Amino acid sequence: MIVGLLWLLGCQLAGTAIVELTGIPLPGPVVGMLLLFVVLVLRRSDGEDDPVIQVGDYFLSHLQLFFIPAGVGVIVYLAVIRDSAVPIVVALLGSWLLGLATVGWVLTLFLRRVPSAVGTDGAPGEEIE
Amino acid sequence: MSVILWLFVTVAAYELGRWLRARTRSPLAQPVAVAIVIVGALLTATGTTYDDYADATTLISFLLGPATVALAIPLYHQVARLRGMVVPVLVALTAGATVSIVSGILLVRWLGGSDVLERTMAPKAVTTPVTIELTERLGGYPELSAAFAIVIGIVAAMVGPRVLTLLRIRDPRARGVAVGAVSHGIGTARMLEESRVEGAFSGLAMGLTAAVTCLMVPLVAYFLL
Repeated sequence: MIVGLLWLLGCQLAGTAIVELTGIPLPGPVVGMLLLFVVLVLRRSDGEDDPVIQVGDYFLSHLQLFFIPAGVGVIVYLAVIRDSAVPIVVALLGSWLLGLATVGWVLTLFLRRVPSAVGTDGAPGEEIE
Repeated sequence: MSVILWLFVTVAAYELGRWLRARTRSPLAQPVAVAIVIVGALLTATGTTYDDYADATTLISFLLGPATVALAIPLYHQVARLRGMVVPVLVALTAGATVSIVSGILLVRWLGGSDVLERTMAPKAVTTPVTIELTERLGGYPELSAAFAIVIGIVAAMVGPRVLTLLRIRDPRARGVAVGAVSHGIGTARMLEESRVEGAFSGLAMGLTAAVTCLMVPLVAYFLL
């Protein structure tokens, strides 16, 4: 448990340090995520016994809890939402639809050349809230 | 006193949201959305400022960092699926992230929204913790962008599969990747109900698109903002 937590915090620390030292325009925790990915690949971690995976999966199963404090902050912006309701609603739905269509169509175009069975074996993705 | 009070209220509201979701199975009953409504109403009713609440709950928001790092785990579990289609998926995600960011900014601009609102709209398609980080850096309203991300996830959970069918996107891998790319974890949970392939690819796309968007947002901001 503690060892797993140390890995998560360690990767976040290393990611934050890298961002501060190099000035690359990425969030520290995202660099930490990429570092942990490399660690997992190098260690060929598999499954239940690994403390990082145990702790990390638990954190992910309650991911929504951690952004409640940020989400509650929306109450400060109720006036902004009221005043800019049209741009907010149209841009939110419009950019979502355009992004969805772009990814779907581009990938469909490419996948015509990839056999339809590729990538469809194995266990389902873990549920992330 | 107020620290433990608001910590308790926040966790309790989250648990109530989880209970509601288990009972109703409705995509609207996202624990985070339920908790935001409850806590927001309580803050207003008691006359507590958001700053005081945010100070009281730093213990919870701090955990967003390690949880973001942990997103590497599902990525690690699923990455083998990409064998033979790494390039197509990365090209599609980069194109999608660019379209999503650019169209978000331009639609706000054309409809008379403010500059700060453009910066808040730009990174809202990725998983909420990353949206918050990116908006902070861009100079938008992080809390508002978090709400945008949650809302768009709920919209995807409600209409995503139907819209994909209308767009004639039928390959389950493309369907999963498309939803994960623009609707993060809430959309992924929905795609897992469709099929395990769609769910797996959605989760994979959600992790990859977070990294791709982090790279694209500063680039687009340089040209557009």
